[in-house]
Amino acid sequence: MASKLTTSNRAGWLFALPGFGLLALFIIVPFFFAFGLSLTNQRLISPNPTEYVGLQNYRDLLGFGVITLEPLRDDSGELIRDEDGNLEYPRVRTITRSDEYPQYAGMQEWFRWQSGDNATVVIVRDVVFMKALANTLTFVVVVAPVQAGLALLLALLINQRVRGINIFRTIYFMPVVVSIVVVSLLWRFIYAGDDGLLNNLLGAITFGAWRPIDWLGNTQTALGSIIAMSIWQAVGFHMVIWLAGLQTISPTLYEVATIEGASRWQTFRYVTWPGLRNTAVLVLIVITMQAFAVFAQIDVMTGGGPLDSTQTLVFQAVERGYGKQDISGGATISVILFLLVLSISLLQRYLTRERR
Amino acid sequence: MYRTALMTGAFLAGLANAASAQTELSMWYHGAGNEVESRIINQIVDDFNASQSDWKVVIESFPQLSYNDSVVAAALAGNLPCVLDVDGPNMPNWAWSGYMQPLPIDASEFDDFLPGTKGIWGDKLYSIGLWDAAVALYARKSTLEELGLRTPTLEEPWTGEEFMAALDAAKASGKFTYPLDLGMNDQGEWYPYAFSPFLQSFGGDIVDRSTYQTAEGALNGDAALEFGEWWQKLFADGYAPGTSEDPADQQTGFIDGKFAFQWNGNWRAVATMEAVDDVVFLPAPDFGEGNKIGGGSWQFGVSASCPNPDGAAAFIKFATQDKYLAAFSDGIGLIPSTASAAALTENYKEGGPLAVFYDLSKEQAVLRPVTPGYVVQAKVFIKALADIANGADVADTLDAAVDEIDSDIKQNKGYGHTG
Repeated sequence: MASKLTTSNRAGWLFALPGFGLLALFIIVPFFFAFGLSLTNQRLISPNPTEYVGLQNYRDLLGFGVITLEPLRDDSGELIRDEDGNLEYPRVRTITRSDEYPQYAGMQEWFRWQSGDNATVVIVRDVVFMKALANTLTFVVVVAPVQAGLALLLALLINQRVRGINIFRTIYFMPVVVSIVVVSLLWRFIYAGDDGLLNNLLGAITFGAWRPIDWLGNTQTALGSIIAMSIWQAVGFHMVIWLAGLQTISPTLYEVATIEGASRWQTFRYVTWPGLRNTAVLVLIVITMQAFAVFAQIDVMTGGGPLDSTQTLVFQAVERGYGKQDISGGATISVILFLLVLSISLLQRYLTRERR
Repeated sequence: MYRTALMTGAFLAGLANAASAQTELSMWYHGAGNEVESRIINQIVDDFNASQSDWKVVIESFPQLSYNDSVVAAALAGNLPCVLDVDGPNMPNWAWSGYMQPLPIDASEFDDFLPGTKGIWGDKLYSIGLWDAAVALYARKSTLEELGLRTPTLEEPWTGEEFMAALDAAKASGKFTYPLDLGMNDQGEWYPYAFSPFLQSFGGDIVDRSTYQTAEGALNGDAALEFGEWWQKLFADGYAPGTSEDPADQQTGFIDGKFAFQWNGNWRAVATMEAVDDVVFLPAPDFGEGNKIGGGSWQFGVSASCPNPDGAAAFIKFATQDKYLAAFSDGIGLIPSTASAAALTENYKEGGPLAVFYDLSKEQAVLRPVTPGYVVQAKVFIKALADIANGADVADTLDAAVDEIDSDIKQNKGYGHTG
């Protein structure tokens, strides 16, 4: 393989040159650039000279601490409880803003849990980044399997010789062709709180029993709404890839299965699925990578809100690097994201490798 | 034969050059998509180009939403135009970064201009505005009478309690979807512009203006906490729609009668007056430290890389004539920068329906923090206010905002403030 690539293939390399050149210019060089920037305090625009700061940017993003809070007691040493009978604790700001604990200065509470009477609080240096990280991972974990599964289902449905099947193919593929920004804008109307399409529809189905939900304005539903819309938007693309995979499976295999009296499920399980093995790996990795890069939907639909419930890594990278002129902070997030995607993709490759 | 033709051509070309000996000056403007605004600014440019033979201004308009990004990108690429349109609070950032030069015009030329129209950084005048903007509480006279409310005046504005009582009365009447519209959907410069004066009226601020080195105490002190609790109550108790409000509300919600009161800029005043006969523009309530509104709008400045600052100065001087200030004011309802221009306008002349704003802007407009760090501080403030409106803990949110602002100031080595 290697020898074939390097020798007597000048024309091939020449043809590949424009592609490689553009990749290098816009992907590889910027990546090394970002890595370099993440070790400095570079601002987007500033008269101050750039300085090397080592791993400071990474510490600012990833730093965390764990503190234990004892419940408040009144003068007689009794535990203080609020109306609901819950214990009351001193505020975290009494620790993070006190001179006694300089190591916790500037940190914020991320989450807490209670063990016995004490509360254990995880405080982090950059709570927005942590929430963005958690949201992005949630997004990927839901979108990757659901989108891949739905796309496969659609592909199986349209992989039939029926009159007018191309109309269905076109309809399913349509959202992919429309710009994600346009789709996001449209879905903002669908999700609108007072008289959005979705609320109206649910109201009509339930004969008015449905109480309108502000889908994008509610911390409980915002991320879910964006996930649902994202799955719908890109499902057609992966459907086409699955379809291509389906059509490489030899019809004779299906004929054999029919002759052997295999049920539909058995045909899928023992003929179709093994034949789709390589396609499955491709679809999964592509979806994972695309899902990690979720940005446009967030930017158009919620801007990361409400209460950071839809913050994502790429959105934060842009918000910091460009909005807040902190290009080194944005670059640091990009590098972390790259390492994350790389390791997950390698893991996926390993888990889906062909066992011989 | 062939040669003669060539020479004639060259001669003709030379003639054409001589005829257009005007040096081109590029200019960027933020008003793309706004018909009235574009018409007026194009008129000024045409008048200027026709009025003299040295300079020819070539204007390029951008949509407001992406204007600042375009300028920063152009600055990084070294492609800035000569004459820049800059939003007042952003000016210090661009001046500090070295993308603007002080106006090559003597500051005394603008002595009679409203304070909010002058962009000053480091004791030097960098930009000058053709107008200032103001925010007011839109209401209907009939609503005030029906609810039995006193009409507040500049001398005697509503107190915080009176304001809340007015909202309660509007709520109790059951006639409105919400008593108050704040335009919460517009999570951009609107937030610090429209809402930070509330904070200042409580006694807090976005950053400590004595040094501009910290927000500690200003944005999370007792006054700020009190402001935060009040702010949260507005949304928690259903006085105003929250961050997912329909963007159209800020345009038509008040006109359609969805709200009893609307906190809106006077750029909507002309359109609202046309649709609502008895609209009145009430001054901001006083929450203890005086009634305040934001000041400082879009202004003209000269980029540092401009090869012809003389031409830019000539254009800016030309554009700041009273008749153009008046034209902008009549067109979009903005406050003209000078008293003499105000006298020429329909709305701001003696006894005009908006005349009260000229005085308000003159006496009580507060500039947003005059510091290069404002660009970041505004973003932090926007997020804090949106989060509090959405139910986040007030003290923790304001603390987080203070930490972010302070660490940004530190990373920028104090943003060039001395002393």
